[in-house]
Amino acid sequence: MEALMAGAIGVLTACAVYLLLRSRTYPVILGVMMLSYAVNLFLLASGRISVTTPPVIVEGAQSYADPLPQALVLTAIVIGFGMAAFMIVLALRAQIGLGTDHVDGKEPAE
Amino acid sequence: MTRWLIAPVLLPLFTAVLLIFMAERGFAGGGRRAQRAVSILCALALVAVAAVLLKQSIHGSHQVYHLGNWEAPYGIVLVLDRLSAMMVALTSLIALVSVIYASRGTDSESHYFHPMFQLQLVGLMGAFLTGDLFNLFVFFEILLIASYCLLVYGGTGPRVRAGVHYVVINLVGSALFLIAIGTLYGVTGTLNMADLSVRVAELGPSDAGLVRAGALLLLVVFGVKAALFPLYFWLPNTYAAANPAVAALFAIMTKVGVYCIVRIYTLVFGPDAGVAAMVAEPWLMPAAIGTLVLGAIGAFASRRLRRMQGYLLISSTGTMLASIGVFTAAALGAGLYYLVHSTIAIAAMFLLVDLIARQRGLGDDRLERSLAPAQPALLGLLFFAGAIAIAGVPPLSGFIGKGLILAAAPAVPSGWWLWGTLLGGSLISLVALARAGSMVFWNTFDSSAGDDPFSRDVPVIAPAPHPAGSVFPVFMLLGMLVVLTVFAGPISEFTKQTAEQLLAPEQYIRAVLGDGVGR
Repeated sequence: MEALMAGAIGVLTACAVYLLLRSRTYPVILGVMMLSYAVNLFLLASGRISVTTPPVIVEGAQSYADPLPQALVLTAIVIGFGMAAFMIVLALRAQIGLGTDHVDGKEPAE
Repeated sequence: MTRWLIAPVLLPLFTAVLLIFMAERGFAGGGRRAQRAVSILCALALVAVAAVLLKQSIHGSHQVYHLGNWEAPYGIVLVLDRLSAMMVALTSLIALVSVIYASRGTDSESHYFHPMFQLQLVGLMGAFLTGDLFNLFVFFEILLIASYCLLVYGGTGPRVRAGVHYVVINLVGSALFLIAIGTLYGVTGTLNMADLSVRVAELGPSDAGLVRAGALLLLVVFGVKAALFPLYFWLPNTYAAANPAVAALFAIMTKVGVYCIVRIYTLVFGPDAGVAAMVAEPWLMPAAIGTLVLGAIGAFASRRLRRMQGYLLISSTGTMLASIGVFTAAALGAGLYYLVHSTIAIAAMFLLVDLIARQRGLGDDRLERSLAPAQPALLGLLFFAGAIAIAGVPPLSGFIGKGLILAAAPAVPSGWWLWGTLLGGSLISLVALARAGSMVFWNTFDSSAGDDPFSRDVPVIAPAPHPAGSVFPVFMLLGMLVVLTVFAGPISEFTKQTAEQLLAPEQYIRAVLGDGVGR
């Protein structure tokens, strides 16, 4: 479980960094979103990974999962989603206004 | 009396909602004037609230507001100490001036300028007041999304392009912030700053690596916000492209990063923090000195006035962070005094440069031979005063701030580096400003003599005289600088007491967690 989680966070982050360094806005947006997925997984893992343990008080439960990181992740997901939507609209606006989707706002000279 | 604490957050929030409804109803029949009036009234009320808070904080006690009456560290707290009160007061003053300037015409590009402006204030005030790390992240996001909208609204090519860069770098910054928060939470199990301070001090050596990584990641995040070397590349283009009133408000936005660095690295990772004690100290001073020098060089190399102000802002941020990086009461106090001064001075320059650029017609803010501004004497004198303030030449408060920093710097060996770079950087800034001023006001075409190159092949855009009253906000800001100079004694004493309060975090911890907890 730990290895799977760590691997997923690592692969997502690596892909995100690669995409963030591309020169077109669309891959950059994908990179930002992928980075936010990696961050969400990381936040969830900061409360320690456990299986089938309840986060709220239940009668007869042996141990509990930390509920706070789950709440934090929820907040981070909402904010990340809003930011992604804004970013997409902004990128569209930039492409329409500038006539190119290059991040420098102009096509590189051949 | 702690109820006043939530007012700086709630007041602009409700005003923003009201302004959105006003915008929805359209602007037929004086609606815009009403919107402006509401926005200015809110800014005035904020100044009044900030004054009350400043007066309450001046005796040095901490005030804690428990949101939803949840006990710390389980609930979120707002904490008012001298530093928070100072930053809230500074923000409210800059906001008032910016909104007055915007109401003279530059807000007409969008119906939603004023609502977004108020939402930005919500984020700023919240970030200065909160005592919880995750809540700080949330207020960061509020102020960022408002700033994205303020930056790109009504924008054409360059503004949208700068907006894309600004948004992407801040989204990556937010992701790093969350990783740092997750790391610190994973190690300590708390996000309340006071509780974090207690828990970090108790950590054993086995957790040293993780907590230090989290602490330094936070420095990177705050460095992005404060435009610290080498993370400042986003700033000059962004601020140059922004609406002038927005740029003036953004002058305080980089100070959010500075504030967070001061807060976190005195409260949580201070000298008593065990395995993570003074974790930022080896990095802060060199990075700040690099910022100072490169900002000054950037200002010297700029071909446009607005970009030049952006670089001067970076240079001043470097100056105050270098002083803060000494981590003694005298140096920290000097850095905070300089923070107040430079925020006001840079805001004044952003507004002034916009007035100059608009009066030069086609010349805009380019540092080339062009038509003289329509009011050369008035704007020239104001530019002269602003340049004196920013470069740190007597008699204005920049000189006092830099003097205090120089006096306090030799407390650490690297302080002598600060002497050299601060004096050198000031000289470069001074030369750059002198060159820009003489280019704009003296190296001009005489349009009556017919040597205006624009009159032949390009249709002349008549230099637009600015709307009546646009100069007034600049006068307000320069007036504040004069006050800062005249009352330099009491004000620098206040910032020094602020620094002493910051360097004794036990009071803060006791105020938040109750008397039983200490370390």
